[in-house]
Amino acid sequence: MSQSSFIEATLRSFARAFAKALVSERAGSQTGLLQWFDPRVRVIGVSVLVVSGIVCQRLAVVAAVFGLAIAIASGSRLSLSTLATRVWLVVLGFTGVIAVPAIFLTPGRPLLTVPGVFSISEPGLKTATLLVLRSETAATLTATLVLCTPWMHVLKALRSLRLPAEIVTMLAMTHRYIFLLIETANQMFESRQSRAVGTLTGPEKRRMTARTAGVLLSKSVELSHEVYLAMLSRGFDGEVRLLCDFRLKAHDYIGLFGFLSAGAFTVWVGR
Amino acid sequence: MIETPLTFDIGGVSFDYEGIAAIRNLSLQIGKGERIALLGANGSGKSTLLRILDGLYFPKAGFVNFQGEALTPERLQRDGFALTFRREVALVFQNPDVQLFNPTVFDEVAYGPLQLRWEKEELIRRVGEIMAFMGILDLKERSPYRLSGGEKKRVALASVLVLDPDVLLLDEPTVALDPRSQSQIVDLIQQWRGTNKTVVTATHQLEIVEDIADRVLVLEAGTVIAAGTPSEVLSNEQLLVRANLVHSHRHSHGGVVHSHPHRHGHSHDEHAHGPSERP
Repeated sequence: MSQSSFIEATLRSFARAFAKALVSERAGSQTGLLQWFDPRVRVIGVSVLVVSGIVCQRLAVVAAVFGLAIAIASGSRLSLSTLATRVWLVVLGFTGVIAVPAIFLTPGRPLLTVPGVFSISEPGLKTATLLVLRSETAATLTATLVLCTPWMHVLKALRSLRLPAEIVTMLAMTHRYIFLLIETANQMFESRQSRAVGTLTGPEKRRMTARTAGVLLSKSVELSHEVYLAMLSRGFDGEVRLLCDFRLKAHDYIGLFGFLSAGAFTVWVGR
Repeated sequence: MIETPLTFDIGGVSFDYEGIAAIRNLSLQIGKGERIALLGANGSGKSTLLRILDGLYFPKAGFVNFQGEALTPERLQRDGFALTFRREVALVFQNPDVQLFNPTVFDEVAYGPLQLRWEKEELIRRVGEIMAFMGILDLKERSPYRLSGGEKKRVALASVLVLDPDVLLLDEPTVALDPRSQSQIVDLIQQWRGTNKTVVTATHQLEIVEDIADRVLVLEAGTVIAAGTPSEVLSNEQLLVRANLVHSHRHSHGGVVHSHPHRHGHSHDEHAHGPSERP
């Protein structure tokens, strides 16, 4: 697959994925473990588990939190195959790039040595596994939260937890125009394709991609400004207002206690 | 001279985009219940003027008064004034995509009333009414991103009409629409004739002007170069050519090549053959 067609295919997949996320927001209304709780409890609970997974030093404990994250996702009726392809593989790819050198470069007791070629150290392998596992845990929990909670509910929950209105506005804007932006990028590639004759050389493809990225950046600034004006025009003042009110019930308090306890326990045993 | 109470009073307004002038020393009064068309070619300052009227842009020079009160960023930061202003003045953007940012059409139409803190019962009732009025009830659960151009425009209109604003600012409301959707929107604007609604429509589509306006302002390079009734402005061919609203159209009828000023949307029978006609 050529470089430009790879980028185009990626953009199309992104567009489809975002369209799905924006259109459906349906997982949020399905009944499931996480959906059972008030959005504020979901946000607090997931944040607590993410932080506890990150600060945890023991590999076995991080693995247990990862297991818990998978159980929550599964209980919230998320497809594990979707999580595997959209979250786990992507995170593995990105963190793997950072983690792999640590396997070879971290000093310590060698586990496997090919003389003159490489040496895998025990602390290196542990560090790399810990990094990947922490990232996978955080990504799984965050993805579960976002897929099980309509985005506007997440924003309202963040505001009610006193997150500054400016940050919530930024999140709202990002979510709102990212789809448009991807669509614009897609159209730019299609337009270029409709005018292209012959095959581009590698350097030409790179130049074209760089130019497209530059134009897209300018367009994104303009687009975000326009979307913001449209929001202001209809009375947006930084607050997120919804038809539904958030009300904590008995099971929400129980859930909150459960999340906080799990987080505290993880930090304690994972020291 | 405006006889009705003034909705907008603008004096000596100038605005530029990083040094590029968009509005130059523009003065204008808009009376309550007036239907005004802002005519001008692309880049003449129509959209910028609408944004100034909607309190989204603030002039670098001059003043803008809304119902006798200065429209300034400081005033719009005050809760009371902002709520009243946003309730009474609504802008429909040229590109509906920037205006439609909610997950479903229902959420989109309900967004404005929610921001303006309406009571829930009234909000749900009013959203249902306006969706039925605009013929978009069946799109209720659809994502705005997945609609056709005409549907998007109707949803964008519904999302501001739900507020029942006294002042409607419409930026190219019929552009890029199929004839049926165009005529629906023109019909809608016509229905407001004789009501207290002030409607300011920016357009370069001459064929709809007589239907949507009682007064026409022609803009060129950010300033008003002519004003009058639709018939006065539309009959001034020289003015329309100067404002880039008509162009010389060269074509042939049965072997006879001729050229004449051309307006989009008019049939061939309406063309007045110009002096350059030749066999």
